[in-house]
Amino acid sequence: MAARGPTGTRGGNNRFAQFKLVLLGESAVGKSSLVLRFVKDQFDDFRESTIGAAFLTQTISLDDQTTVKFEIWDTAGQERYKSLAPMYYRNANCAVVVYDITQASSLDKAKQWVKELQRQANENIIIALAGNKLDLVTAQPDKRAIQTADAEAYAREAGLLFFETSAKTSENVRELFTSIAKKLPLDQAGPRNPRSGGRGGVELRPETPGTQSNGPCAC
Amino acid sequence: MGHPDVSKSSANDQLRLHVQSDTEATVQGAPKHGTGDSMTLASDKGAHERKEDIKEEPVSAAESNRDGGDEEEERPPLPPRPSLLKNGEKPGPALSTIAKPTTALSSVDIQTLSFPDGTRGTFSTPASRAVSQAVSFSETSGGQTTPSRKVSRTGSFDDAASLMSYAPTLKANGDLMSLLDDGLNSQSPAWKLLTSQAESVNPFENIEFEDNSLSNFEHEFDDIEALDSKSGNEEEVLSQWKSKLKHYLILSSAGKPIYSRHGDQNLINGYIGIIQTIISFFQGAKDPLMGFTAGSTRFVVSTDGPLYFVAISKLGESDAQLRAQLEALYMQILSTLTLPTLTHLFTNRPNTDLRRPLEGTETLLSSLADTFTKGSPSALLSALECLKIRKSQRHTINNTLLKTRTEKLLYGLIVAGGRLVSVVRPKRHSLHPSDLQLIFNMLFEAGSVKAGGGENWIPVCLPGFNNRGYLYMYVSFLSAFEDSTNPEGRPSTASSKSREDEIAILLISADKESFFELKQMRDDVVAQLEKNGSMEIIKAAVRKGRPSTTDIVPGTQLRHFLYKSRANVQFTMPSFSPDFSSLLARRRLMTLYHNLHASTHAKHSHLKVLHCVSKDSISLAWTTPIFEFYCVAGPNASRAALAQGANKVIQWVKREEERVFIIGGAVF
Ligand SMILES: Nc1nc2c(ncn2[C@@H]2O[C@H](COP(=O)(O)OP(=O)(O)O)[C@@H](O)[C@H]2O)c(=O)[nH]1
Ligand SMILES: [Mg+2]
Repeated sequence: MAARGPTGTRGGNNRFAQFKLVLLGESAVGKSSLVLRFVKDQFDDFRESTIGAAFLTQTISLDDQTTVKFEIWDTAGQERYKSLAPMYYRNANCAVVVYDITQASSLDKAKQWVKELQRQANENIIIALAGNKLDLVTAQPDKRAIQTADAEAYAREAGLLFFETSAKTSENVRELFTSIAKKLPLDQAGPRNPRSGGRGGVELRPETPGTQSNGPCAC
Repeated sequence: MGHPDVSKSSANDQLRLHVQSDTEATVQGAPKHGTGDSMTLASDKGAHERKEDIKEEPVSAAESNRDGGDEEEERPPLPPRPSLLKNGEKPGPALSTIAKPTTALSSVDIQTLSFPDGTRGTFSTPASRAVSQAVSFSETSGGQTTPSRKVSRTGSFDDAASLMSYAPTLKANGDLMSLLDDGLNSQSPAWKLLTSQAESVNPFENIEFEDNSLSNFEHEFDDIEALDSKSGNEEEVLSQWKSKLKHYLILSSAGKPIYSRHGDQNLINGYIGIIQTIISFFQGAKDPLMGFTAGSTRFVVSTDGPLYFVAISKLGESDAQLRAQLEALYMQILSTLTLPTLTHLFTNRPNTDLRRPLEGTETLLSSLADTFTKGSPSALLSALECLKIRKSQRHTINNTLLKTRTEKLLYGLIVAGGRLVSVVRPKRHSLHPSDLQLIFNMLFEAGSVKAGGGENWIPVCLPGFNNRGYLYMYVSFLSAFEDSTNPEGRPSTASSKSREDEIAILLISADKESFFELKQMRDDVVAQLEKNGSMEIIKAAVRKGRPSTTDIVPGTQLRHFLYKSRANVQFTMPSFSPDFSSLLARRRLMTLYHNLHASTHAKHSHLKVLHCVSKDSISLAWTTPIFEFYCVAGPNASRAALAQGANKVIQWVKREEERVFIIGGAVF
């Protein structure tokens, strides 16, 4: 369902790259649920709203030689945190903008975020649009408020990756993150060292010490 | 004024002796002794007497003037805090009036209440309230009961009422002494009957008489169905709503609903309208409404600038206690928005709908509200609880925090299941218990942060510190039950079931960009604590839980107690299990504590020792300039056993003082 395939410009052995990813979107569309599914393979039907922002990491292997570590900022979608958002997307390499396919207004909000990212964030930022809660319309098709074709057309026009996902059933969650990883410029990511320079190591704060283990996230 | 003289004489004598010396010291109400007394968790800026000139006496939870030697002799001054309200918005200086109670229990008794923080205020309560509260010692019900029910319980009524209803006039030393004297407080026939039974009856075990007041308590926290006009479930929903023992409503002065613990908008809108009309009527008359009683339900109103707070309770708390709860809800709102933002919103648009700006924090308000409804010793005593570890161990942990400290750190805390393990702070700044209450609520009572599953970066306004701006809080959790060999050392928390075994590392900064710096500090702290063995000590202490009363005093008949050290603004208590593990048993216990607390904190009560006998428990409240102490035993325990237990516990606290309390925390 990806609007655009991976560009996959890779070469060399045992590459390790680390990228900053930020999740944005209206409150309650399922940002935290998507992250928790991706990072811990968990889902909670009665999740309470995020307060502030949560920071998580997850490492995935794209192939035998290539490992990608995501440093993920899961933000709270509420208005009052709006002014803090730049702090999270400022140095992000990639962003997932989430809406809820059963809530028409949530796509409008998502479009605003995309606009803001395209104006203010890193100019090479890779943005994926995720229409979440796919499971709800599988069970009850009349619950759908946003047609796949409409969202897909918008995504293509705006140059975004696009998936319809379900954090509940896991559908397309891994695919979403993997396809982002594949689009990231791994060729510049350097050797297997998490904090080596290059685009891969962009930090919220560039001087963050590089003393962390680079093993896969054990969460 | 020191600790009770521990002699080998009978416990009763010790206590009596102490009573005497205490009354001679004539400390009234909540004595201002040392510097710590005036701190409260929730009412330090009581809605009640919010004056600009209110004395600011913040107290570091980690600080004491008693044992720490000279370094801590003077508490560092706090940065000036702007007044919470503009002058014009303030309710009248003291609550002068109250609506006429709507029931037969209607005579009005003007009282001046002394709040735990030392502030005072006059207000009136129906005179009969004191009596009915006394009754509720026996039944742990809400404040007001119908006369017929009272009569049916003469046994317990006599004892309790004889002390309680005259509490305001109990002044003389002689009276106090005789509280424990067989003459005045002679035991009722029911008592004598009961004493012929086994001694080991636990508090609240005998519920022979009718007591329906808490019968619905198990369902207190259940959700109410949504109104559904199609199925016409209105009546059912309404009865569910009305069966709740406790409601909290927050609305704007323009009448916009902001928050209700129970019931959705459709359900409460009508009530909000009525409440707003009533409050505004009195506001308009420059004679603010403080509270009123309807049947067995007490309404307490508190006004904070553009916001109205209402507590509706059938649980029998005092007005001061309910007001402190409302104050905490207000602090939670400030914590989300800051005062300038709140003021700005309503100055620009008096009709503002505050639900949107507060979006996502309803769970924080609800978990606070539920903490109060379940009954919280910490909230009642306006004090914090610490994890009991050895002094040297705490010292090592403090030093580890100090050594790994980064530039950007303002406060660093380690908290285990809501109990403080260690605090480091700058010399100039203290931590306010009321702020810690908000933080602990967010981390340990509400699920939002834990459920995030990672590390957290949370903008938070700590109104006690500064209500005008945000601080940024780094939080990560560890579970006491997870092994520490996890390579990233950042275990998941979703798997941990009980809040009691969550260990949180909190690092607070004024710099919103300092996340990675604090995260690094956290990694360093955890690595060091693991290396020097402290982490295992903390985890072991958490796993061990609180001791039971019989662990503390072998063979004692005490079933539970609360000991608050005034100077440290900290309290300690035994485990709620085995006798008070259930929600209901715990509520009964807490209601008893609330009653004891209200009686010993009422302005005109110069009660230093209060002994209460009822059909299902006997209990004791004992206040001195050093401590507040409350304890309970089963109904068949003798007073001598109660007093002996009390003395033993107080000796224990004295012995363990530097383990159960943080005395002289670490500063940099
Ligand atoms: N049915 C369904 N519910 C979901 C899905 N994702 C999230 N939710 C629910 O939607 C609510 C909000 O999710 P949350 O992750 O907190 O949203 P956020 O505010 O964007 O982080 C929660 O009750 C989740 O259980 C999904 O894919 N399917
Ligand atoms: Mg979220």
